[in-house]
Amino acid sequence: MPKDHDGKFTGIGASTKRREDIRFLTGTGNYTDDINLNGQAYVHFLRSDVAHGRLLSVDTAAAAAMPGVVRIFTGADFEGVGGLPCGWQVTDRFGEVMQEPAHPVLAQGKVRHVGDPIAAVVADSAEQARDAAEAIVVDIEALPAVINMKEAVQDGATKVHDDLTSNLCYDWGFVEENRDAVDQAIQNAAHVTTLELVNNRLVANPMEPRVAVGDFNRATGESTLYTTSQNPHVIRLLMGAFVLGIPEHKLRVVAPDVGGGFGSKIFHYAEEAFCTFAAKALNRAVKWTSSRSEAFISDAHGRDHVTKIELALDADNNFTALRTETYANMGAYLSTFAPSVPTWLHGTLMAGNYKTPLIYVNVKAVFTNTVAVDAYRGAGRPEATYQLERVIDKAARELGVDPLALRRQNFITEFPYATPVAVEYDTGDYHATVDKLEEIADLGGFAARRAASEAKGKLRGLGVNCYIEACGIAPSNLVGQLGARAGLYESATVRVNATGGIVVMTGSHSHGQGHETAFPQVIAEMIGIPEEMVEIEHGDTANTPMGMGTYGSRSLAVGGSAMVRATEKIIAKAKKIAAHILEASDADIELKDGQFSVAGTDKSLAWGDVTLAAYVPHNYPLEDIEPGLEETAFYDPANFTYPSGAYACEVEVDPDTGKVSIERFAAADDFGNIVNPMIVDGQVHGGIGQGIGQALMEGCIYDDNGQLLSASFMDYAMPRADDLPFYEVDHSCQTPCTHNPLGVKGCGEAGAIGTPPAVVNAVIDALQSAGKPVTHIDMPLSPARVWAAMNP
Amino acid sequence: MYEFDFVRPATIAEAVQALAADEAQALGGGQTLLPTMKQRLAMPEALVSLTGIDELQGVCPDGEALAIGAATTHADVERATADSYPALAALAGQIGDPAVRNRGTIGGSLANNDPSACYPAAALASGATIVTHRREIAADEYFEGLFSTALEEDEIITHVRMPVPQAAAYEKFVQPASRFALVGVFVARFEDGVRVAVTGASEEGVFRWEEAEAALSQSFSADAIAGLSVDPDGMIADLHGSKAYRAHLVQVITKRAVQAAAA
Ligand SMILES: Cc1cc2nc3c(=O)[nH]c(=O)nc-3n(C[C@H](O)[C@H](O)[C@H](O)COP(=O)(O)OP(=O)(O)OC[C@H]3O[C@@H](n4cnc5c(N)ncnc54)[C@H](O)[C@@H]3O)c2cc1C
Repeated sequence: MPKDHDGKFTGIGASTKRREDIRFLTGTGNYTDDINLNGQAYVHFLRSDVAHGRLLSVDTAAAAAMPGVVRIFTGADFEGVGGLPCGWQVTDRFGEVMQEPAHPVLAQGKVRHVGDPIAAVVADSAEQARDAAEAIVVDIEALPAVINMKEAVQDGATKVHDDLTSNLCYDWGFVEENRDAVDQAIQNAAHVTTLELVNNRLVANPMEPRVAVGDFNRATGESTLYTTSQNPHVIRLLMGAFVLGIPEHKLRVVAPDVGGGFGSKIFHYAEEAFCTFAAKALNRAVKWTSSRSEAFISDAHGRDHVTKIELALDADNNFTALRTETYANMGAYLSTFAPSVPTWLHGTLMAGNYKTPLIYVNVKAVFTNTVAVDAYRGAGRPEATYQLERVIDKAARELGVDPLALRRQNFITEFPYATPVAVEYDTGDYHATVDKLEEIADLGGFAARRAASEAKGKLRGLGVNCYIEACGIAPSNLVGQLGARAGLYESATVRVNATGGIVVMTGSHSHGQGHETAFPQVIAEMIGIPEEMVEIEHGDTANTPMGMGTYGSRSLAVGGSAMVRATEKIIAKAKKIAAHILEASDADIELKDGQFSVAGTDKSLAWGDVTLAAYVPHNYPLEDIEPGLEETAFYDPANFTYPSGAYACEVEVDPDTGKVSIERFAAADDFGNIVNPMIVDGQVHGGIGQGIGQALMEGCIYDDNGQLLSASFMDYAMPRADDLPFYEVDHSCQTPCTHNPLGVKGCGEAGAIGTPPAVVNAVIDALQSAGKPVTHIDMPLSPARVWAAMNP
Repeated sequence: MYEFDFVRPATIAEAVQALAADEAQALGGGQTLLPTMKQRLAMPEALVSLTGIDELQGVCPDGEALAIGAATTHADVERATADSYPALAALAGQIGDPAVRNRGTIGGSLANNDPSACYPAAALASGATIVTHRREIAADEYFEGLFSTALEEDEIITHVRMPVPQAAAYEKFVQPASRFALVGVFVARFEDGVRVAVTGASEEGVFRWEEAEAALSQSFSADAIAGLSVDPDGMIADLHGSKAYRAHLVQVITKRAVQAAAA
């Protein structure tokens, strides 16, 4: 329970208002595009407008003579410079490592997707750069575009990368040893439900497009990159070590306020490397600001799986086996974490909330002439949940049983639980979340609501689903075995000032999540001081310890835990100082409400007296401990965390137009302990919004020539406020995580994971209620698609 | 955007003169033209803003009709016709978002003739007259196809004369991304018959559905068109709907417009 200070609740459990919103809502944030350096030049990237072609020549002569042009770079300028690295190596089911193509900063030899940068014009103004880019003459011999994944892996298919053996990045089997047993179980099953589906390709579209400003200081030899990143330390390591060869002490990466990422700002992009490289080459700051149109063809996309899933059940409706085969689109190049998404973030989740004993997941990752695909809110887990929860729903309909009852019957109920797909769930109570869902969604009242809708000529459907996700990623040694080329710990430095105020430098990064509010709540709780005494700094490699950044709902679970560990060290040291001054033994010192006291006496010292003593060490145990009060901790978790939940969606379908409207939406989540319930509500709301966007509206569509048809908001449908319902959100079911000090699990992706199947299940339910024999519609369930399904 | 000159004349005559220059183009609210210029798809050498010309502003009665100044914004049309022509006001109020409605103009919309735009349906169904600084053009003669009209280069729409029907309604089924009309139908019932104009659907741009008009002129009810359909062949097919879907929507949305107008 949060502490009540004169009617003001603080500490863990308080819905403290987000302090950062003052600057976000009043236009006083400091975003990368707000950063303008003395004498900076601007870069415009000339991007390919064909999906696939051989680059015969790039003639920059006329363009270079245009007003304001500083210099034009092409692929040739990057010969000998490293390519963009991939941070995860997957080993295929035959024990071979994945095929890993080169990814030059600017195209060399070939262009491989619409948007692939061919040349970069640096000029005195952005408009001059763009003018000159139009004067570059590019000769491209167009090649057939590789778009369809199944065709791409046929023998003789055109290759995206000539030097690879095929367009297959890897053919992954998991757990390979179970392959035959799963086949057997499916053959012998009493019932098998099969479903083929597409997990639609999405564009993340954070409100702030990407921006990069490169700078170089000739006096110190230091490069600085300001960038819209979720993980500046990772960018520094990848770019410094693998692309440009700059050691960390000569490279600073700053990610200031970032206006949303949703995964798309995790990755190291060519434009970042370019600006850093060019700033040094020109001895002049170089800035790039993406337009929205550019974002559509250069930000990594998400999802894009084509899947066949089969669920086997015995005569009593127990799940006996599950087999899935997925084609996962990698796009033209491997983005930073792309290979991990359809494998370790997807296959390991296929057990869901169920005790299915045998599971086999096959994933074929395929290169195509499209923008690279990588993690997007949920990353792999939405794809897993969607297929699993859709096939279970279909099974329930085929068997004529209640969809929730079928799920309940197969729930995992004992924890810890080792799944057949290599992860161990530490805690959970899936019946509790379903019980809660039944209550908050008023499932009992559905029949009456359906009758009311039908009286208006509308079809009403109810869709439910459960999800489990693995987040708080994750133990470094485990991910290392799985192919990660990075550790996944997190760091924090807690610096206590002389008068007691605290600054925490965290390796996590906030791009809207609310760290600046939630993290102080934890420290305030631990020490018993007001939250206002704690400030959070993040996003600058120059003043934060090496950290892995924010994604995979890991900030509080991993970064928060690092901060707890560092604060524990602070408290231990502060107790020693207090013990010395109070002439007691440290073991007898208690810290409560910001007061150190000697147990069983009335002797006490305030927090500020002790912190002052640390920096004015006149009466101080100098022979035992150093002055000062600053501690750093690196926290590497023992396991992922496993939030879970149950969602219900009620839709109305207009049978005349196919239009779906969401009438009710309820989410019962188990996130373990909650630090700030309001922020958690907001995270869930946002996730559900994106989930509804994926389910009903968003779809990134390429034509056969590799042209992106949904290349702007005129054709790519983002959900707006009036497309979304009011949500009933509950997180009172709490089974705390057993292995991190806060007992927290992570809530950032849940909504995006749990929502799409609930929506689609609801629409199918609505159509079947009217006797339509529709068993599946691929997302997005636009009016046209729903109508077409109803009128084959 | 490329560089361009900008003038904001105070009279129609000055505007006409300014537009006589090479590569000069009229600017209404800029809600279509400016995004096109930002994408460098249009490159006028001079923009002649029409929004400073008083004669082009506002709505006033003109006999049985309304005369709407070409530079009147969607928001002003919505306010000014709320009582005199509610179906038109409702249409104006559904265009884009507040920013678009506070800048975009009826003249710009009609000159642009986007196949998914709303005003063309109102003008055609109302039997409007498009009045330019040179001549008057009946709506039936004015809309020529996708983004094409009877306007000559440098011809300025000064106002639109909109007869006010006895009953009317505009029903808009939005394209989910742009929220322009995927199919929009304006139904207008006059003493001497019913006019039905459909936008968003056809490859030829806004059109009158004459079969429906005939049936509705007999009996102004949704049932009257229950058995009618348009030929999917000429319909638009894109990411947001097939030809068959659009043809189907034309009928459904027309019925709804009739129901709304009859209510
Ligand atoms: C986000 C967004 C959403 C929108 N949604 C809708 C919608 O739902 N429905 C809809 O119908 N429209 C919609 N629009 C378009 C909007 O209505 C525009 O305002 C309109 O199409 C053009 O009007 P304008 O005054 O802005 O013209 P401008 O952009 O200034 O000009 C458009 C063209 O008309 C010419 N022109 C302008 N005025 C005159 C004149 N008086 N005489 C001759 N030629 C002239 C210009 O030279 C130019 O070629 C939307 C626009 C945006 C940006």
